[in-house]
Amino acid sequence: MDYALIVALQIASGIATLVIISLGLAVVFGMMRVINLAHGEFLMLGGYSAILSYQAGINLWIAILLIAPAAVGAIGLIVERLLIRRLYGRMIDTMLATWGLSLALIGGVNMAVGNTVSGFPAPLGSFAIGAFRVASYDLFLIAAAAVLALLIWLVLRFTTAGLIARGTMQNSEMAAALGVSPDRVYAVTFAIGAALSGLAGGLLAPISGVVPTMGTAYIAKAFITVITGGAAMLTGTLAASGLLGAVLTIGTFLTTPVLGEVALLAVAVILLRLLPRGITGRFFRRAL
Amino acid sequence: MAAAGATLAAPLVMRHAALGADPIKVAGIHDVSGGLDIYGQPMVACLEFAVAEVNEAGGLLGREVQLINYDPQSNIQLYTQFATEAATKDKVAVVHGGITSASREAIRPILRRFNTLYFYNTQYEGGVCDRNCFCTGSTPAQNVQKLVPYVLKNWGKKVYIVAADYNYGQITSKWITKYTREGGGEVLGADFFPLDVTQFGPAISKIQAAKPDAVVSALVGGSHVSFYRQWAAAGMKSQIKMASTTCGDGSENILLSAAEGDGILAAFSYFQEIDNAANTAFLAKFKVKFGAKLAYVPPELPMRTYIGFQLWAEGVRRAKSIDRMKVIEALESGISLDTPAGKTTLDAKTHHCTLDVFVAEMQNQGFKVLETFPQQPPLDTASVCDLAAHPNENQQYVVDVKI
Repeated sequence: MDYALIVALQIASGIATLVIISLGLAVVFGMMRVINLAHGEFLMLGGYSAILSYQAGINLWIAILLIAPAAVGAIGLIVERLLIRRLYGRMIDTMLATWGLSLALIGGVNMAVGNTVSGFPAPLGSFAIGAFRVASYDLFLIAAAAVLALLIWLVLRFTTAGLIARGTMQNSEMAAALGVSPDRVYAVTFAIGAALSGLAGGLLAPISGVVPTMGTAYIAKAFITVITGGAAMLTGTLAASGLLGAVLTIGTFLTTPVLGEVALLAVAVILLRLLPRGITGRFFRRAL
Repeated sequence: MAAAGATLAAPLVMRHAALGADPIKVAGIHDVSGGLDIYGQPMVACLEFAVAEVNEAGGLLGREVQLINYDPQSNIQLYTQFATEAATKDKVAVVHGGITSASREAIRPILRRFNTLYFYNTQYEGGVCDRNCFCTGSTPAQNVQKLVPYVLKNWGKKVYIVAADYNYGQITSKWITKYTREGGGEVLGADFFPLDVTQFGPAISKIQAAKPDAVVSALVGGSHVSFYRQWAAAGMKSQIKMASTTCGDGSENILLSAAEGDGILAAFSYFQEIDNAANTAFLAKFKVKFGAKLAYVPPELPMRTYIGFQLWAEGVRRAKSIDRMKVIEALESGISLDTPAGKTTLDAKTHHCTLDVFVAEMQNQGFKVLETFPQQPPLDTASVCDLAAHPNENQQYVVDVKI
């Protein structure tokens, strides 16, 4: 019984991790259709913002929850103004540009802090379920994923800003005709996507450690999750994370970590063969 | 500052004046960037220190030693490229390097083909039998064979293994299993992780479900440090004891906080804390030169690199030549050195070392030595390899571990 609970908790934690690393990309790629190959590096920058400000003596929670997203959000805004805004609608060019950005960011951080793993201890300690002990931080990650998803849903569903953002993404000319500046909406949306990625990096830093090349470990999973999710950016990401995260964790429990990852990829491939437009291309089509 | 610079520069000038002939070129190939940099950086520091020490004492055969460092960036392809470059372009007298067993097996055949002497200064799974190659680190019959009995005696008979998923981890896991069974213990399970895995949640739950008395880890590299971190975060430290064949090699004791690391057991052929005159002298000199870069000399690998270079230098002195065959023959004549790690003797039959082994426990971001096992011969490799009888052998035996 305790063991079942532990496995369930690990599955939830696997799903939450996928949600956290994918939400930023869901906004930038799922919503804005910008293929951001530097998404992993945005995570990495978030991790470094958190770690460096923590080492500078700032409170851990402020470092993770405020500084990481704020710093990467600002970087995202600069990147959008200098690079991305010239490339909307040109998918291949965007891929090349963001890939270059990704390499530049890895190289730049490498020069600045060195190619070494740094980390800090996970806060909150642990608690017991029967004979098992679990890190409380795992629970915090699950809660963080739920709160983030809820916040995004509330903003998109109930605020004017959310409505304008959705409208602009669907038909920017019509939005412009109605007096909205699509230029500004794109910039703010991209910055929010970047901030979400930065927050993800900050949240994961205590458990995975931070290294300039860490982005490469996450970017493939993030893209697979968002693409498997399909058109409805939030529902799709949640559904895909739920499915793939569960497959990954159960696969890891039953076999080895390697076969767990293989199972995740196999399920994603089969799913996209059956549902080429992702989960929300067939189900929950009217969802957000 | 300027005055300090002048005093530092003075011996350099004198040295160049004293040593006229062409320098002897020596190559070091160590990862100082990428996931394995936690091992490579201290190794390079110790190699530089060893070379500087020899040069300050007048060089070798009246010639200065010139060290050429290559950084393969934790990338096996670069290893083969740099080994070829060192052998053919630089025409070095010897190559010191290789960290993972995978990298060693990538460059060992190349250096043999180009008749370039090779020193591998890392603890590893044992079994390399190649007259062109000297392995100066400890092997499972020296370290695992001390670590596991300590665990069985003091902690309990039920063991769970977590290891890196490549030849070192797989083979070491077999050795751990062998010594556990020989000691009357039982292995409840073994999990293997690729070097880039950072999420260990499911593994930690699996271990808890198996309820072992101790976990023995053979995890490798920067990403795997997360295992110890997540283990501590889950509050497991007070529940199940942890021993490791690798933890400390990568300065894990510094990367982890004292709360996360204290109590992890390790067995290596060197710890900074061991107490002898040579070590005290070494540390005092080393701290002056590299103290700013490397405040703590991690166990095993950097010290074996230092000793590996000293062994080669002694071989050159005895051979009075840097000719490969003459140096090999000199090295096979039974060279024994008093080193900071205790006495190290090069075994002619296996090209491995007889050395002291220490069992120690991580404490306060350092290690506390608990037991000392003087002069342990490389029995694992010796059981399969005899280069005196078969000098043309060239392979790594996977020592048949009966489990």
